[in-house]
Amino acid sequence: MTIASKLKEALLCMKAGRVTLPYPFEPHDPEEGFRGLPKVDVNKCIGCGGCANVCPARLIRVIDKDQSTRVLVFLYERCTFCGRCAEVCPEGAIEMTRDFELSTDDVHDDMIGEYHIFMGPCERCGRCYRPPTALDKLMKPGMREDTIDRKCPMLCPGRTEEKE
Amino acid sequence: MIRDWLIQKVLPRSLWVYHTNCGACNGCDIEVLDVLTPYYDAERFGIKVVGSPRHADALLVSGPMTRQTAPAVRRVYEAVPDPKVVFAIGSCATGGGMWHDTYNVLGGADQVLPVDFYVPGCPPRPEAILHGIATALGLTPKEVHALHAIQEADEVEIEELAEEQRLVHERE
Repeated sequence: MTIASKLKEALLCMKAGRVTLPYPFEPHDPEEGFRGLPKVDVNKCIGCGGCANVCPARLIRVIDKDQSTRVLVFLYERCTFCGRCAEVCPEGAIEMTRDFELSTDDVHDDMIGEYHIFMGPCERCGRCYRPPTALDKLMKPGMREDTIDRKCPMLCPGRTEEKE
Repeated sequence: MIRDWLIQKVLPRSLWVYHTNCGACNGCDIEVLDVLTPYYDAERFGIKVVGSPRHADALLVSGPMTRQTAPAVRRVYEAVPDPKVVFAIGSCATGGGMWHDTYNVLGGADQVLPVDFYVPGCPPRPEAILHGIATALGLTPKEVHALHAIQEADEVEIEELAEEQRLVHERE
């Protein structure tokens, strides 16, 4: 290697200029189509649990807290950001946001999503289900024991054959 | 007292890192490599990857903690001199990832080591790793927080849940 080639190399390096991103001090947005933290819009969610069904890391838990509240718990710390939950959601309630700055010192408290969704209780079996119309949804939630034996429109689809 | 002052003084200057792969798919390792390129340039914070845990201040763990690697990683952790910081890079190291309950995986890195900082992502972007390092060094604030939302019965309103309304979640 001669000195001339060294000088040529130095000139080439100077021509490139500064390439280092000033990232932690200035924001640097991800590129198009980046999948970040999935977030649930609780106003659109119908509580069908399809996201929990397809999640490969099995991080979505569907818990019926009481007879009219269904809780979706996202344990985000093992999310692989595959986007299957957003893909299968029939209402488009799950959105893959562009948040990627997820580093934390307490993963068990910070990386969790808890979404409480109002569901109607089936008046016969007492389990959560989505009322078919908005009018049914407006009915007072909660299991009423005096109406169990009565014919009632609030029956979940699995129990419709018992209606007759 | 003097020790704490020394830690505060010395550690933000230059953090020497030893990188351990305990069962990762190499995705996170590629991103760690990316952080060291001139484009992201972690060396401007004094980060340097060293070849021996005895030279390191910080331990970078990627991948789920498999049964085979757990004792070896434990030995690596004990070889790092005090004071030490443990970073868990990637979803597998933070919570076990897709393999959190398989027969040969113990879970995330926190099942075996006391992890100080978690960088979730599959794999995390190089920016995310840089953000984790910068958060650990106190250069940038923490961005993520727990999400709690409730849908009201009649008028749809998103409310913050009260502390006593939240469920207690136990990890398996």
